[in-house]
Amino acid sequence: MHKYIAVGLCLWAAAFSIYAQDTPPATHEYRLSNGLKLIVREDHRAPVVVSQVWYKVGSSYEDSGTTGISHVLEHMMFKGTRKHGPNEFSRIIAQNGGRENAFTGRDYTAYFQQLEKGRLAVSFELEADRMRNLRLKQEEFAKEVRVVMEERRMRTDDDPEALTAEQFTAVAFHNNPYRIPVIGWMGDLENLRVTDLQAWYKTWYAPNNATLVVVGDVQPDAVFKLAGKYFGALKPAPLPTLKPHIEAEQMGTRRITVKAPAELPYLLMGYPAPVLKSSSASDSWEPYALEMLSALLSGGDSARLARHLVRGQKIAANASAGYNLTARLPDMFMIDGTPAQGRTIDELEQALRGEIKRLQDEPVSEAELARIKTQVVANEIYQRDSIFAQAMQIGTLETVGLDWRLMDSYVEKITAVTAEQVQQVARKYLIDDRLTVAVLEPLPIDPNKPRAAAAGAGGHNVR
Amino acid sequence: MSVKQETPSKETSLSGCLLLKNPVNSTPTLSRPLNRGRGRVRWSSLNSQLMIKHRLLFAVLLLLFNATAFAAPAIQHWETKNGARVYFVPAPELPMVDVRVAFDAGSARDGDTPGLAALTSNLLSDGAEVHTGTGAGELNADEIADRFAGLGAHFGAGAGRDMTSVSLRSLSRPDVLQPALDTAAALVQRPSFPATGFERERDRTRVALRAQEQSPGDIAGKAFYQAVYGAHPYGTEPAGTEASLNRLTRDDLVAFHKRYYAGRNAIIAVVGALSRNEAAAVAETIIGGLPAGAAATALPKVGDLASAQMIQIKHPSAQTHVLLGQPGLSRIDPDYFPLLVGNHILGGSGLVSRLTDEVREKRGLSYSAYSYFLPLREPGPFTLGLQTRNEQTGQALKVLRDTLQTFTEHGPSAQELKAAKQNITGGFALRIDSNSKLIEYLALIGFYNLPLGFLDTYSRHVEKITLEQVRAAFRRRINPEQMVTVVVGGGAAASQD
Repeated sequence: MHKYIAVGLCLWAAAFSIYAQDTPPATHEYRLSNGLKLIVREDHRAPVVVSQVWYKVGSSYEDSGTTGISHVLEHMMFKGTRKHGPNEFSRIIAQNGGRENAFTGRDYTAYFQQLEKGRLAVSFELEADRMRNLRLKQEEFAKEVRVVMEERRMRTDDDPEALTAEQFTAVAFHNNPYRIPVIGWMGDLENLRVTDLQAWYKTWYAPNNATLVVVGDVQPDAVFKLAGKYFGALKPAPLPTLKPHIEAEQMGTRRITVKAPAELPYLLMGYPAPVLKSSSASDSWEPYALEMLSALLSGGDSARLARHLVRGQKIAANASAGYNLTARLPDMFMIDGTPAQGRTIDELEQALRGEIKRLQDEPVSEAELARIKTQVVANEIYQRDSIFAQAMQIGTLETVGLDWRLMDSYVEKITAVTAEQVQQVARKYLIDDRLTVAVLEPLPIDPNKPRAAAAGAGGHNVR
Repeated sequence: MSVKQETPSKETSLSGCLLLKNPVNSTPTLSRPLNRGRGRVRWSSLNSQLMIKHRLLFAVLLLLFNATAFAAPAIQHWETKNGARVYFVPAPELPMVDVRVAFDAGSARDGDTPGLAALTSNLLSDGAEVHTGTGAGELNADEIADRFAGLGAHFGAGAGRDMTSVSLRSLSRPDVLQPALDTAAALVQRPSFPATGFERERDRTRVALRAQEQSPGDIAGKAFYQAVYGAHPYGTEPAGTEASLNRLTRDDLVAFHKRYYAGRNAIIAVVGALSRNEAAAVAETIIGGLPAGAAATALPKVGDLASAQMIQIKHPSAQTHVLLGQPGLSRIDPDYFPLLVGNHILGGSGLVSRLTDEVREKRGLSYSAYSYFLPLREPGPFTLGLQTRNEQTGQALKVLRDTLQTFTEHGPSAQELKAAKQNITGGFALRIDSNSKLIEYLALIGFYNLPLGFLDTYSRHVEKITLEQVRAAFRRRINPEQMVTVVVGGGAAASQD
């Protein structure tokens, strides 16, 4: 199996390096008069371009009762406008040799095309059209929401670990909207109406709520001109002010069990943790220290969880840590794992807690820190091999309200983290009274007990 | 293009970056973890909560084509002293190097102990003998991991059905590249297969097998290969079975390594900021210390299916997974282009394919409906698949079959063929726009001994395909009446046959 560097590290990766002979790709920022932000990064290695439109809306913007609406709307964005029929968007991109897709997260909904560089206008014309002119029709909605329910069954309902994670999130967060699953609760999907989508679209899909990111073999000023041509005439919209959804303080460990047909148990632990966006200037080093913490635990085979728990004590078959410093709202520092053959969830939890305690009690060695920093620096270069990944970083940062230039200072910030800082954040945030633990307790896989596919799934009959 | 590559690595186009990994890569039969252990970023459950993609795409698109505007890079080719074929493309833009070694040592070489090739490759990084200035020493798993981490290099190894593949990604600075290569070379050439590592990795493979048993998609994939290939070596899972793992010994791994990790049984692909001389030194370093040995012998022929077969497996899931298929095509096959272009239209072009249109767009029956050829040394499978709510299984299966039947009988329309060609040729540059994509293609060209000009002529081959060729090839090669059907989930009938 191939081995990877940590989750957190790889999520980031910017275009900066102490070692590279070359400089980071040139990046240019523009804004149209209607508020659309355009960021262009030049990469002339191949005659291709990636274009991404990022909207500031996702599941963390949603309300109880209509969860999953951002993602369903994302699906409906392929169903036609006044000018183009259902799925015509995809056909036009395909005929131009392009690839396209879209994704929804907690903090964003984004659409992208990858094309030969000369065909950027095709993407701009279509994206501009569906930014303001989407037609949301009942007939198409009725079919597509069923597709999303199938997607939910596949991703969540039939995957015991995903189910556990969903339940975990719903318990770990109370008022923080990250408690909402991106795919939405099945009951909410069943009660979603096309009118809900029309209102959601009208509220959030406007040039002043979007960022257009273009990376590839292009000339920035020409891209700006092209963007003006296609997006320039779109009308901005008044945007709602989001309430802060401040989380109530946690008063002690929360512990849940998820029972589902499965072969293997699974453990998920999380501690509330600040992110860049939620940190004050004086605390802005903390997310980088947490990132380092995550890498120390699971940044590849040389990190502690693999070394101590998988190889050394053989308590875990797998174990990893995860942290996302670019979330829009305060988030979680997570640790998960599957016990090794013959080991129990309790043993695994104790071992994971032991690793946390060690990080709190003993400063990490300089050699260990140096290994992580070296990987960060190298990964920065590797990341530049993908123009798509570069566009993702820019789009994510801008859409959560950070500055894309942060990607260029990432290496500097992470390499400045000290052993004392790692210890400090471990002591400050990884504390028992803030911990949430979810355990997947396998039920026998009884072939004759098909799951009741979440509430009331049978209510939708096929025509 | 609608062809998937059998890739033992789980690497995605984003170098393992999390956010996009799972949503994109949901190839139901191929991309399930062979071994959940090593290297798998275990954030999948959380990740799926973080981001959801609109549609599933097959992650790896294989075939290359040459558009008029963009010439394929010239491949430099030579042999190492011990007989390994080397394929090199310089990529001076970024200060990094990718190296891939592919041995003809996939699970098809497992014999009566499935899991052997995979476990052998897994154990490479558990211990090796290194040569130092003063003599020889032994590196253990921790030291190996520290070495690569301390250099910022990524090492990986894994086995699919045809090949064992070893990869190294490093910065091109000599003071980083050289020690990274030396370490990788020790692992490939002188692994020590320590007993503790053997027991641990075998146990982790057992855990991985159990994880497959809780996934209806994995269960279906396994049953599909068994039914399509029977006793042929492609019929078993690269990860093996509980029973075969119990039989495996450390000595088996040592013997497997000795037989198959050999110069004449290997190819090397190199892409990066190197001169040809430097690339030649890279190839010699990583593999030059292996004996020349001998190329693996030919695999047994794959027989046609004698009759239709229906396999139903009850599973307590909300959805039922359906797979339909038969042996498909080999890497070198006279019907290669007509079948691939035809399948692009049938179920290989994602959003705009006929299957997606019939199953998803018109009826809302499934999130993902697809078909693909997986070309292997011997004919790999032709597979159609979908997943749907249990109650709709019968309807969805009928739509899948009808769509295939209609396509096989009548072929595509002129408009569909034109659109497919436009998509395939117009997107050529996207297929090789990064070092990581390019090295996949180099490894394929090398491993399957495709012509060096394969990329250059690809587009011409595609452009030449006629409606009649597609129709004839599908009629001749695809037999909807004699296919394997696998149904796993609550929608499966109670009994198996």
